[in-house]
Amino acid sequence: MTRYVARRLAFAGLLVVCVSSASFLLARLAPGDFFTESIAAGGNPEALARARARFGLDKSIAAHYRDWLASAVRFDFGDSMLYDRPVRGLIAERAANTAVLAVTALALATAIGLPLGVFAGSRRGGLLPGAIRAASLLLLSMPPLLTSLLLVFIAARTGWFPIAGMRSASAAPSGVTLDLIRHLVVPSLAIGLPLAAMLERLQAQAMSDVIGEPFVLAALARGVPRRRVVWRDALKAALRPIAGVYGLIVGTVLSGSFAVEVITAWPGLGALMLQALRARDVYLVAGCAAAGALFLAVGTLASDLALALVDPRASEGAAAAEAA
Amino acid sequence: MTRRLGVALIAVAVAGALMAPLLAPHPDDVRFAGLLNAPPTFPHIVADDGSWHAPFIYPWRLVSRLEQRYEQDRGRRVALVWLQSAAGPKGPALQDAAETRRLVRSSDEASAPLLLLGADSFGRDVFSRLLYGARISLSLAAAAALGATLVGGLVGALAGFAGGATDDVLMRATDFFMVLPAMYVALALRAVLPLVLSARQIFLLLAAIFAVVGAPFIARGVRAIVRSERALEYAIAAEALGASAPRLLVRHLLPAARGFVAVQVMLLVPAFIVAEATLSYVGLGFPDPVASWGTMLHDASTNIRVFADFPWLLSPAAAMFLVVFGLNLLLQGGDRSPKGSRSSGARSAKASRSFTLG
Repeated sequence: MTRYVARRLAFAGLLVVCVSSASFLLARLAPGDFFTESIAAGGNPEALARARARFGLDKSIAAHYRDWLASAVRFDFGDSMLYDRPVRGLIAERAANTAVLAVTALALATAIGLPLGVFAGSRRGGLLPGAIRAASLLLLSMPPLLTSLLLVFIAARTGWFPIAGMRSASAAPSGVTLDLIRHLVVPSLAIGLPLAAMLERLQAQAMSDVIGEPFVLAALARGVPRRRVVWRDALKAALRPIAGVYGLIVGTVLSGSFAVEVITAWPGLGALMLQALRARDVYLVAGCAAAGALFLAVGTLASDLALALVDPRASEGAAAAEAA
Repeated sequence: MTRRLGVALIAVAVAGALMAPLLAPHPDDVRFAGLLNAPPTFPHIVADDGSWHAPFIYPWRLVSRLEQRYEQDRGRRVALVWLQSAAGPKGPALQDAAETRRLVRSSDEASAPLLLLGADSFGRDVFSRLLYGARISLSLAAAAALGATLVGGLVGALAGFAGGATDDVLMRATDFFMVLPAMYVALALRAVLPLVLSARQIFLLLAAIFAVVGAPFIARGVRAIVRSERALEYAIAAEALGASAPRLLVRHLLPAARGFVAVQVMLLVPAFIVAEATLSYVGLGFPDPVASWGTMLHDASTNIRVFADFPWLLSPAAAMFLVVFGLNLLLQGGDRSPKGSRSSGARSAKASRSFTLG
């Protein structure tokens, strides 16, 4: 188990380093730099050269990368050209916003998807399970881009929920949390609903597989109430495939949150990444990528560990497979 | 039943795209300056006085320029004309009209055009743009899926056939790629390339990027299939009979991966459609006058209020949903594998894959 954890940790570290390095180099290799687009037209050449030198854009790519890497290992990611402030603080702020959104969406998806999946998967037929299945199939065909457009449309028509941003300026100090929750509704549902549909389908499938197992039949035959068998024993056995999927979901949530953040003007990592890429803000691009990779690494790590706890075979199997 | 519905949805979308010049009443870039954000004009056959007529429309009359509110001019019936070739410029708005036979148009194009799905904020016909946009969105997704199949098939075949170090390196690389959120990879690759390009260049560029992003999903499966097939008797027999490596691969091993590749393509195509829409939405897709489903959504959302008041601007989103839904139904209907742990594994992979790009 310790070896397994160490292995996964090493992979997580590698992921962060590779992704941030690759984005730094990509942004540096891109045609043009931050200053060709912005003030170049009117600025005098001397000031421009000074500004470039300040951000290291006058160095060769190799030297620039080496210097950046050296300071990045000390958690100094340079200054953003776009915002003219250290990347670290900026990223921490935006990453926290994305984390709030992602965690809420994941919680919503789990709270909606899992129980419905258990319910739909433990019945053979019937109207309600059929309706749940149909709703899931419809939602599965709606990526977050579409759900967020639809929800924004509904919210704008009805005026029930705010459609953009994270806070309203007019909110009373006492109502800040409530204000945040109201702003969270549209974006978190936009990410959470398709996820809920996916979890429901997976859980239903796993559930209907488990329901056919002899141990369920044995429990029922011995007179254990059906409800208890389904929600306790069968559910426990059916959680394994779901736990495995949570690792993949982190990537899905990040991908989905990009479209949602842009559409609902949520001040998160995705929207920042887009801005940084378009402006050729090299340090900010690399910082965003590092933060995103860290999210991903932590998410996969957590799900791997959860899987290993639910099912010890997972870590042994993985270790054996890697040793072979 | 589900399968048939899926086939029908896809067929409608593809037919609409292929026959866009015939079905669309207008070219995709014609602007009706007096009809910005005008609502749809529904064809009627019964007039207000109860009399019956050949299909006609009531033209829109501007009520408030500021709010872009229109009301129907019930006093005037504008007949529809069928299968008439568009006879060149009629008014200033129609300067660019292409000479082609149109299935149906209004008899008074300049002042009362047929707008089946309303007009966008530039006064362009949304229905026509939807059809022309389908050409770009669908063909881009198809081209990218083809590219991903070729690249992924090549990498997978190489890894599975060569084995050893080649296999290790290639598969580690694909594993790494698959962990990354595909949308961000596509975004990063697109954003670091020149931002202003022609429509043709953007098409090729996006197809190439999507192909690269989608290839690992194909490569992994093809590699596994090639590896396991290679150990089977028929492959050994073919090799013993002197079949060369390329022949063995192309004639014998790769055909075994057909089913897998078909399923993957059906997963990749909707992901690519959505990816194009997302990139175009954020302004990294096709340039302005070009209609794609993504650029239409981009135009619709320059101001959130716009599509709240003018819901027909969201029709590309509906079209996208129907195509993705159709492909999903096709997958569901085609999935006749017996229940069991293996099939549920495959299904979970499918379900989790289906919108990693979105």
